[in-house]
Amino acid sequence: MPQFRMTGRGLWITVLIVPPLCFVALFIVYPIISAFAYAFFDWQGLRRLDFVGLENFHTVLFVEPYRSWTLNAFKNNIIVFFALMVLQNGLGFILAYALWRELPGARFHRIAVFLPVVLSTIIVAYLFKLFYHPLFGVVNISLKSIGLGEWAQPWLGQSGTALWSIIAAQAWHMVGFPTLVFLAGMQRIPGEILDAVRMETESEWVKITKIVWPLVAPSATIVFTLLFVGAFNWFELPYIMGGLDGSPFGSTDVLGLYFYRTAFGNVSAGQQDFGLGSALAVLIFIFIAAIAAVITTRLRAREIQL
Amino acid sequence: MKTILRTGAILSAVLVAAPAFAQDLTFWSWRQEDRAAYEQFIDTFEAANPGITVTFETFEATNYNTILSTALAGGTGPDVMMVRAYGGLENVAVAGYLEELTTESVPALAEFAAPAIAAESVRADSKIYAVPFASQTQLVIYNATIFADNGIEEPQTWDELMAASQKLKDAGIIPFANGTATAWQNETVTFGLGSSLMGKEFYDELMAGTADFTDARFTSALTSVNELAQEYFPDGFIGLDYPSAQQLFSSGMAAMFVGGSYELATFKAQNPDIELGVFAAPGETAEDAKLVGLYFDGGYAVNAATPNKEAAITFVNYLASQEFGQAFANTLNNISTIPNVTFDNPLLAEVNELNQSSIPYLMLAHFRYGEPSGSVLIQAEMQKLFSGETTPEAIGEALTTGLAAWYEPFQN
Repeated sequence: MPQFRMTGRGLWITVLIVPPLCFVALFIVYPIISAFAYAFFDWQGLRRLDFVGLENFHTVLFVEPYRSWTLNAFKNNIIVFFALMVLQNGLGFILAYALWRELPGARFHRIAVFLPVVLSTIIVAYLFKLFYHPLFGVVNISLKSIGLGEWAQPWLGQSGTALWSIIAAQAWHMVGFPTLVFLAGMQRIPGEILDAVRMETESEWVKITKIVWPLVAPSATIVFTLLFVGAFNWFELPYIMGGLDGSPFGSTDVLGLYFYRTAFGNVSAGQQDFGLGSALAVLIFIFIAAIAAVITTRLRAREIQL
Repeated sequence: MKTILRTGAILSAVLVAAPAFAQDLTFWSWRQEDRAAYEQFIDTFEAANPGITVTFETFEATNYNTILSTALAGGTGPDVMMVRAYGGLENVAVAGYLEELTTESVPALAEFAAPAIAAESVRADSKIYAVPFASQTQLVIYNATIFADNGIEEPQTWDELMAASQKLKDAGIIPFANGTATAWQNETVTFGLGSSLMGKEFYDELMAGTADFTDARFTSALTSVNELAQEYFPDGFIGLDYPSAQQLFSSGMAAMFVGGSYELATFKAQNPDIELGVFAAPGETAEDAKLVGLYFDGGYAVNAATPNKEAAITFVNYLASQEFGQAFANTLNNISTIPNVTFDNPLLAEVNELNQSSIPYLMLAHFRYGEPSGSVLIQAEMQKLFSGETTPEAIGEALTTGLAAWYEPFQN
């Protein structure tokens, strides 16, 4: 009898699992595999020609002008990752700590910090584009009104400030997310541990570095990994604020934009190359998957089970 | 049971065959804003050609190429479609998705101007794949009221243009509205202002392969364009995007706008009261030919795999007819490429007049056939020049060596 019951249960599980499995296979696994396959062919527009092996990978990595475009976009992604690590996750941790300590107005600020996360990226991008407007933007007008007129800049127009301006917009937009995750982590720290610390020291610094930081390690794993993936898949903000070409002259170009331009073409280039685009997509995918796996295992190792 | 099956079979056969009898054509376009006009054109066509119906479908312009080529590759493309010109046309045509058009299938093509036909042909074999529909002109558009109020005439020399700009600046008006934060605007500004400075001889020698972009005529034109931009474009113009620049002009805060003839309709729509004028940016002296940058926008093409080829060709013949060209010019305020079309709108008539003295809009017409494209290069290099990070000579060098990657005359 138990065996019959098992089959019945197995059947039931199969019935429940197969449809979503088919869905995942059709809409996730199949596209990924076909992108892998596309990368090994020569393309003329959207028509597939011959099998070319690793030629496309070689082109995007070692042949000019693709080589410098790839390096430039990759370099910008790295800048974005480290900048956001400080501006988004670092600030997020500090904000979370302040909220957790219930400083005056904590209830209001908890909502205020998270509110921008709810906004659509498109709205944030347009909002900041207006802020940075060289003639009417609130940034330049404020600087002029407090007598710092010479600090007024065409923020999105010069190579030195364009990427950082977009990073600032991104940090403002998403800082609430790590804050929320860290805050949840902090709220899980048992009261006894905190009471024990209070017996030993009054120093906030010791409390943060020796107790809070190690104990929110699982939260850190989550936000670091997600930030890494997000930073290397970054697309919407630079697309809207800098344009598909990473204006000015590639200083806001990132791998996402570069991939899109290569695979689908843009009006100014007039060229479309699915092979090179797919090769880029595969490289980005492998890079993100490999590094994200390393980050996750490394960070998992330092998590402490309570 | 048998009867039911048989009826079913007949019914489904009729359903499958029905479209072939009715000759339903689908017609794709990226001109969402022109929908009403196109539906009117289609009504005219359907009235004259009973038995053929045309469904007009539009897609967002920036993603149109992607949508169209994906559909064609998947075998679900339209019967008749708008396609881009030059390199953009080659992308679809070389892949074999378009029906070749000849002067036999579309006799009117024989009358079209050669550059218009070239824009819709594949370079390798000069086969025509689309009926060109409109030309666009890169020139200077000005606010006629501001010019009159400040006693300014259309400038005949580069110095007069600079003097007029200074006069406007002294009067507290922004001389030029243009900004260069949007990449493609850099190309527009360069050739809209610089074509006469570069001159027709430079163009001819460039095409003949006896000159390249390191030529002094090209680099000195860039120097002049940069001087003008630094002095007379808005403060922080390198951070000013395209829509803001349009607003500066149409709101009357700025007197001039370097741009395409396609802007005329936009400015009129943004500010119906604005009085517009156009001129070709002048050369060094009054004797230098005043040249505008001319290019062709796109064309109407037939899907090589359409089951309704005959109807599609009939429709394309209508799209190449003078009747259509006249309606197109009158309704859409665009310069039709169809010969002998007249223009009601005096501004369009003037643009058409200016087109008689032109050089092709250089990078689009000749240097968008490989990677890196001339457009991508000049846009990035001009942004560098405007922010003081390169020199015109270095740009000439960068263009020539960059294009040498695929442009044979530069490979030596």
